[in-house]
Amino acid sequence: MNIELPHVGESVTEAVIGKWLKSPGDRVEKYDPLVEVVTDKVNMEVPSPASGTLINIIAKEGETVLMGAVIAEMDSEDASGEPATPGSNVESTQSPAPNRIGTLVQGSNVGPTGGEFLDTSLGVTETSSPTSTPTTASGAANGSRKQKGFSPVVSRLAAQHGIDLLTITGTGLGGRVTKKDVLAAVENGGSSAPGSAAHRPSEEDTIIEPSPIRKMIADHMVKSMSEIPHAWSAIEVDVTGMVKWRAQNRQEFEATNGVKLTYLPITLSVVANSLVSNPRINSSWQDGKIVLKGDVNVSVAVAAEGGLVVPVVHKAAGTSIADLAKKIAGVVTRARSGSMSLEDVQGGTFTLNNTGALGSVWGGAIINHPQAAILTTEAIVKRPVVVVANGIDSVVIRSMMNICLSFDHRIIDGAEASEFLQSVKSGIEAITAQSELK
Amino acid sequence: MAEQTVIEAVRQTMLAEMKRDDSVIVLGEDVGSRGGVFLATDGLVEEFGENRVIDTPLAESSICGVALGAAVNGMRPIAEIQFADFVWPAINQLVGEASKVRYGTNGVKNAPMTVRVPYGGGVRGGLYHSQSIEVLFAHTPGLSVVAPATPYDAKGLLVSAIRSNDPVIVLEHKRTYRLVKGDVPEENYSIPIGNAEIKRPGSDLSIFTYGLMLHYSLQAAEMAAASGLNVEVVDLRTLRPLDEETIAESASRTGKALIIQEDTPAVSISSEVAAIIGEKCFFDLDGPITRLGPPEIPPMPFSPVQEAAFMPSPEKILDAINKLAQI
Repeated sequence: MNIELPHVGESVTEAVIGKWLKSPGDRVEKYDPLVEVVTDKVNMEVPSPASGTLINIIAKEGETVLMGAVIAEMDSEDASGEPATPGSNVESTQSPAPNRIGTLVQGSNVGPTGGEFLDTSLGVTETSSPTSTPTTASGAANGSRKQKGFSPVVSRLAAQHGIDLLTITGTGLGGRVTKKDVLAAVENGGSSAPGSAAHRPSEEDTIIEPSPIRKMIADHMVKSMSEIPHAWSAIEVDVTGMVKWRAQNRQEFEATNGVKLTYLPITLSVVANSLVSNPRINSSWQDGKIVLKGDVNVSVAVAAEGGLVVPVVHKAAGTSIADLAKKIAGVVTRARSGSMSLEDVQGGTFTLNNTGALGSVWGGAIINHPQAAILTTEAIVKRPVVVVANGIDSVVIRSMMNICLSFDHRIIDGAEASEFLQSVKSGIEAITAQSELK
Repeated sequence: MAEQTVIEAVRQTMLAEMKRDDSVIVLGEDVGSRGGVFLATDGLVEEFGENRVIDTPLAESSICGVALGAAVNGMRPIAEIQFADFVWPAINQLVGEASKVRYGTNGVKNAPMTVRVPYGGGVRGGLYHSQSIEVLFAHTPGLSVVAPATPYDAKGLLVSAIRSNDPVIVLEHKRTYRLVKGDVPEENYSIPIGNAEIKRPGSDLSIFTYGLMLHYSLQAAEMAAASGLNVEVVDLRTLRPLDEETIAESASRTGKALIIQEDTPAVSISSEVAAIIGEKCFFDLDGPITRLGPPEIPPMPFSPVQEAAFMPSPEKILDAINKLAQI
């Protein structure tokens, strides 16, 4: 069995081993003095805890040993403990740290009359419910506090009245939002709590549970607007030539290709080529870096039942108008019938939205995240326009169309946006009735 | 209704209670023909004789031990400790014994004794005539501790103490004895032990205080009013048991708590008031629970300059008010 240095007093944690009174091999009776130890309080002899034979002395004379550490081994007649491995040497420095730190042992006798102490250090002693989940109020308070060090009452009042504390100008020290500031905000009708009178639906209102697609679109729009710093630019395009070209080639085109000839594949063709010459428009902000896309894959916004879908026309650059028209017809059909493949919606690098079909003349579209820009082609309207021919100004009737670009200002500055718009404009305006378009 | 000083209210109250109840006796150093060192018992020995107004040896343990013995045997003694600074030898009789009589005898015995203890500084009393000793008694279950600061409260609380069936320590601030005058109704009345009082209602922050500091705090509140601050001042009046309800109501209403005391702050009345507010008012607080007290040094200094530096003053309190108010 192991012989441990006994605890001798409430404030004594260690002792210096004095003279060993027995040697290994000696026969010892229980309570025989084994060894002298010296503490800063008392000097004493450690009695043998049992009868038997001393096998091994571990703590050498002069060594400092913690209370409870093994100082020797004995072969005991009445012991149940196993002898330690012979030769195992307990260094005082390796003795358990808790003795130095001090631990509270529940129920151990500490009082002068052996009275027990109650460890209240861990304690839920109240008959509180086992769950300690924070209440709504405290939860809200926690969230707010993290942001700005709001006082408890400020957090609570803000939660109660639905006040966004970040919108309040504080009058306290260093601009701190005080209780008075919140109460003033409540007075001023700053209340926007869910369930507050202002937002509680009246009986005339209809509540629509958004479809999964609607929710996805909503999330996507929020993500785009909150992540991407949008900037906008627009330009007028004289599409008289394109209108004439289409009128002239429509019948033959449709007969040859079996798809309708709209303006979309024509503008798409021009846009795709302009994207090639303006690669920053065909890019993406990813992880703090600008990724210029290798392919020009143009997403085409399509109003389908249930919501907006944006099928992708892959590798639009260099593709003939006829092929573009077929591709568009294909994806639009699949989009409207709800039979799009994953391929149809993946990989878009830029979005073209023909809002003009609905009569719109200007738009500020939301970028199709994570793309860098979106272009809307607005309604073609005949308008009196001043043109210069042979140095002479004259007013003529032209077919005009606005094109509007929303772009990610992290990637694209106004100059680049304008350059791209000019490129599209000149591409479209170059089309005449006689153009040999592929 | 007569205007009286605090010391006069104390004297008149003892006089009246001794007339009312033969079991009420007074004992202490020089309480007889000298009339007490502060003249709190002036004239009592002439009125009631040496059997009820007992001059004792200079031994506080004896004063309180005799009072305790008389109390458990049916008397209602009023023991006077000449200065709080000398109460320490009587700690065993008060904290160790008197507080435990009712519990220890399973309610068979009780100790209806009053111990009047003049305490506090700001009187150029130096190390041994300035001490604030309230914490040790206020910590002790089985004792009640009252600390009236006005003549009206001195009478009302002393009446409650004398008539209480358990030991009550009555702390009388020496500086208030003749500094504070106020109306005291002649008729019998008492103020329940354990009731704080809002001495000055306000809305911007709450001061919690007692004793001489009540008057300094009221002065500071008036000064703060000049700059538009509406400061509430709560007089704790009883230090054990503290009036948790009044404390919590006031702190919750104003959202800011300032605790003023003459005693050093560590492990003190202000610690306990702060804990109550922290526990009961957390979600109503709009500023840190703030305490103002003297520096943590052993005694009230004797040097007038240092004494003034040690003691909270109306100006220091005003400064604390302004700091907390602008947070």
